[in-house]
Amino acid sequence: MTDTIDEKQTPFARNPRHFGIDPGEPWPDDVPMDQDDTRWRYQGDPKGAKKAERRIAAAWTVTLLASIGLAAVYVDGANNQLAGLCWGLAFGGLGVGLILWARDLMPGHDVIASRGHHNVSSEADRIAVAESLGRGLDPMARRPFLLKMLGAVGGVFGLAIAFPIASLGPRPHRNLYQTAWGKGVRAVTQDGTPIRPSELPVNGILTVFPETNPSDALSPTLLINLGDADYDTPPERVGWNIPIDGKTGIVAISKICTHAGCPASLYNVVTHQLVCPCHYSTFDVLHLCQPIFGPASRGLPQLPIAVDAQGFIVAQADYSRAGGAPVGPGFWNRG
Amino acid sequence: MSTTEERIAAQKRLRATRAGTDTIDERLGSSKFLTSVLDKIFPDHWSFMVGEIAMDSLIVLIITGIYLALFYVPSSKEVVYAPTSGHVYIPLVGQKMSEAYQSVINISFNVRFGLIMRQAHHWAALIFLAAVFFHMARIFFTGAFRKPREINWIIGLLLWQIVALEGFTGYSLPDDLLSGTGLRVIYSIIESIPFVGTWLVYALWGGRFPGTSLIPRLFVVHEFLFPLLIIGLLTAHLMILWHQKHTDFPGPGKTETNIRGSRIWPQYALKAGGLMMLVSSVIFLLAGFVQINPVWIYGPYQPYTVSAGAQPDWYLGWQDGAVRLWPHWEFRSFGHEIANPFFPGLLLPGILLGIMFAWPWIDKKIYKDYRAHNLLDRPRDKPFRTGVGAAAVTLFSLLTMASGTDIIANNLHVSYEAIVVALDYLVIIGPVVAFIIAYKACQRLQEVDFHPIQRPVGGVIYRTPDGGYHTVGDVHHGPSHDVPADAGASHGSGEHGSGEHGSGGAGRDSEKSVPAPSAGD
Repeated sequence: MTDTIDEKQTPFARNPRHFGIDPGEPWPDDVPMDQDDTRWRYQGDPKGAKKAERRIAAAWTVTLLASIGLAAVYVDGANNQLAGLCWGLAFGGLGVGLILWARDLMPGHDVIASRGHHNVSSEADRIAVAESLGRGLDPMARRPFLLKMLGAVGGVFGLAIAFPIASLGPRPHRNLYQTAWGKGVRAVTQDGTPIRPSELPVNGILTVFPETNPSDALSPTLLINLGDADYDTPPERVGWNIPIDGKTGIVAISKICTHAGCPASLYNVVTHQLVCPCHYSTFDVLHLCQPIFGPASRGLPQLPIAVDAQGFIVAQADYSRAGGAPVGPGFWNRG
Repeated sequence: MSTTEERIAAQKRLRATRAGTDTIDERLGSSKFLTSVLDKIFPDHWSFMVGEIAMDSLIVLIITGIYLALFYVPSSKEVVYAPTSGHVYIPLVGQKMSEAYQSVINISFNVRFGLIMRQAHHWAALIFLAAVFFHMARIFFTGAFRKPREINWIIGLLLWQIVALEGFTGYSLPDDLLSGTGLRVIYSIIESIPFVGTWLVYALWGGRFPGTSLIPRLFVVHEFLFPLLIIGLLTAHLMILWHQKHTDFPGPGKTETNIRGSRIWPQYALKAGGLMMLVSSVIFLLAGFVQINPVWIYGPYQPYTVSAGAQPDWYLGWQDGAVRLWPHWEFRSFGHEIANPFFPGLLLPGILLGIMFAWPWIDKKIYKDYRAHNLLDRPRDKPFRTGVGAAAVTLFSLLTMASGTDIIANNLHVSYEAIVVALDYLVIIGPVVAFIIAYKACQRLQEVDFHPIQRPVGGVIYRTPDGGYHTVGDVHHGPSHDVPADAGASHGSGEHGSGEHGSGGAGRDSEKSVPAPSAGD
């Protein structure tokens, strides 16, 4: 019995479960380095090799048949399921065959080699590259004026060449706050017909558009007939609704969610709540359309409406002109 | 059966091969380089295939994408659906739609194999992103981002971001109801950026939402700008990988300075080619049998309509989930406002991404390890890092789940409010709990490594030639680290040891040899 033992030779040191416990620890190089990369799996086993060959051939036969099938499917009108099956089988057979060929009949498994020098260059090379760079950097550093000048000119030129970007879109301006609604603009349905108050039943809800520009994306508005529901009317909003039989009647509310601009289009008749299905902001219609759940932080603006001489519903003014908040989600200078 | 004829045939083949390689070498002097390429060794581990799967789906994406681009019409011009020939999708007849949407309907119904190409393209995108996520997780949990591979970690993160944006732009091109809703939300998120938000959206959209400029611009971005960036960055990613050589897990015979695996030619090349075929196979089977993004059911985009269950593709779900869960904060003062979508839509992802970009350097500080590594960590050996990763994965999963609050609520028959409130708490608590569990689990797993029943209890009993017995390794506590000097080895242990090495053979077999009482000796 010797007094010391080489750690590498204790059985535990070769226990694969032990790997990586101490990354700094040198790993035992006691496994024979098998550099014989000419061996393959069924070497010296002609029967096994023959079987392997047959397996690969079978896989590629699947590809062959699937390819013929693919042509037939195309001619036959390109049924999507059959096409998928043929594509899948053709690719699959090819792949399986290639992998089996490599695994069973090809050499090149499990070889070992040096990594080289950790990708680090020699000291001489590292000095050389710094010196080569210095060949240009030194003269530059000796002309600080030129360097500063170049920096300044580069900055100004950079700004100048950014101008073409300005052509990409117009300057954001008042129209951030405006919709296509205005005094006397009729509310029309999707197919362009104007609405009479009597056409909207109690608890009925209808999306309407300004007749002058129905496709404006910020303008879609909901007409809701609240019937006799108790609608909060602060002094500045008196007269914004169309009363029916002396009750609250019809109110007009922006459909564009104040959170991320989706249409707040789900209406719960029982609770009088509007829900936006994008992020589930929930608005209480009876209480100034204030948000009561979800990420929205502002109420949906109300559009003042009235009935014109022909009996159709019209806007009294645009949302913002009426003193309300601008429609839609927030932005920096909305305030 | 190596006959003379076989040797002659081999000689002939070599001459024929040389005719080819010499032709090239006389022009490019490439023989030395080509040899190094063909002989290159690539380590074998299943987890190293995940990045390959990403690359394979990218190739499918490029090929199917080129095909689709030959039919797609990038135009917002309003048309009324009335195809003159071929198959007509009756429910859409007479509806107003953009030319872009109509061309997608035509690809789906009137171009033979158009639908399968479209669905393969979409499925490949989803698989691509999934592979990217798994690849990223593998790199993180095994510490493959450590020196000298920080540059590739950063390139990889950039690739992830661009690839996700590429996915989003592709999702938006059909101009259907779902994609239009997604664009509306993105418009609001960009609009909410302090100072420049409104300028940015007006520049991108050419004015107010939705406008007619965006679809052609998205097409240029999706077809040209992002693919160019992706291919450029991916080339750099792979060249660096090639130059640095792949990492490997520690194992018998593996050191920081050597590499063990199979040669590029023919092993690795054939297997990688086979994997690409298999990935294509799965993508096309899905494209054939599992419908995806049936835009004809969603209908064309109208700014005033929306459907419930509006979700982005899964890889952007976490950002949508964050937008849903964020509290209703908005900051307003001095006539200015920071709108709500800015915080979850840009600030939160920005902070999380910033941490990810900085992680290689944070990791160095935590472990005070500034050295270069070629051998990977096992996740259990770095409990803190693994805990952070588990917390991140948990946060990601919960936020992804949050982007389906309505669908979950519908299926569980509970109110969406309950789901939102529950997730509000869970996204705070979940990552913390995940961190603690992962941390403890790592510690426990480390202990298991040293557990008596996991190692040869009592060491190895050797029989000496003269009939005596002795034990190598301490009976009760004999891990290699703290083998007491008196654990003892007999005069014969050296020979026994080497004999065992021989029988141990390749790395993964050596486990078997450990408890063997060397009865054969």
